[in-house]
Amino acid sequence: MLTRLDETLNFHAQALRVREQRQQVLASNIANADTPNYKARDLDFKAALEGALKGTPAAGGTRLATTAPGHLSGSPALAADAQLQYRTPAQGNVDGNTVDVDAERAAFAENTVHYEFNLTRLSMQIKGLLAAIQG
Amino acid sequence: MSLLNVFNIAGSAMNAQSQRLNTVASNLANADSATGPDGKAYRAKQVVFNTVPVGEQGGAGVNVAAVIEDASPMKQVYDPKHPLADDKGYVTLPNVNVVEEMVNMISASRSYQSNVEMLNTSKTLLLKTLNLGQ
Repeated sequence: MLTRLDETLNFHAQALRVREQRQQVLASNIANADTPNYKARDLDFKAALEGALKGTPAAGGTRLATTAPGHLSGSPALAADAQLQYRTPAQGNVDGNTVDVDAERAAFAENTVHYEFNLTRLSMQIKGLLAAIQG
Repeated sequence: MSLLNVFNIAGSAMNAQSQRLNTVASNLANADSATGPDGKAYRAKQVVFNTVPVGEQGGAGVNVAAVIEDASPMKQVYDPKHPLADDKGYVTLPNVNVVEEMVNMISASRSYQSNVEMLNTSKTLLLKTLNLGQ
């Protein structure tokens, strides 16, 4: 029963984690819009979500060592630095910065909406389960 | 919780941008200061931004690595009546470029605004997350 519950909620919970990390990466890009030689980065969302769903750490991520069958695996770190990819700049900058603030802000807004979507879906699932439990 | 890191990232960027605004303000205020505490004309100051890692998941904040003095040549104005004029009648005035400073100011304030919005958006998301399932 507990595994079934876990399975139901797992997808959106993992998606939220990946969205959260992408939000942080995009925030770093916007924050560093004026830093010389900063290279804008982004997450390969599909690969990161697939990794998170399989429970396998992304390249460069770490996970807890399990030495007995009862040990919990813990939640592996999502994409580490190694898995972040550099953006291809549309227009080069003299100071070596590759942040396009407009594109980053659009991506940030898009990521926010997706995060809210996952949150709403998760909330609905919880409500559905509660309705089933309480009858 | 990587969303909490957004607060640190945006906060560091806002701090850096406000330092940039500070130097712009002091440059503009001293655009005509022909002499200072060291007896020389004021030199324009510029901030140098630097990326600092935040958290373990690839976050990057900003800090001000250094405040450097502008290396461009000082303005020389011919004004023999000026008390600070040299023997040829020239006064050394600050190398502050007012137009450049205004552009710098607008750029800094826009960046600051972007970061404030980013912070607000993330705050809303976090608050919604806290209400999950209610």
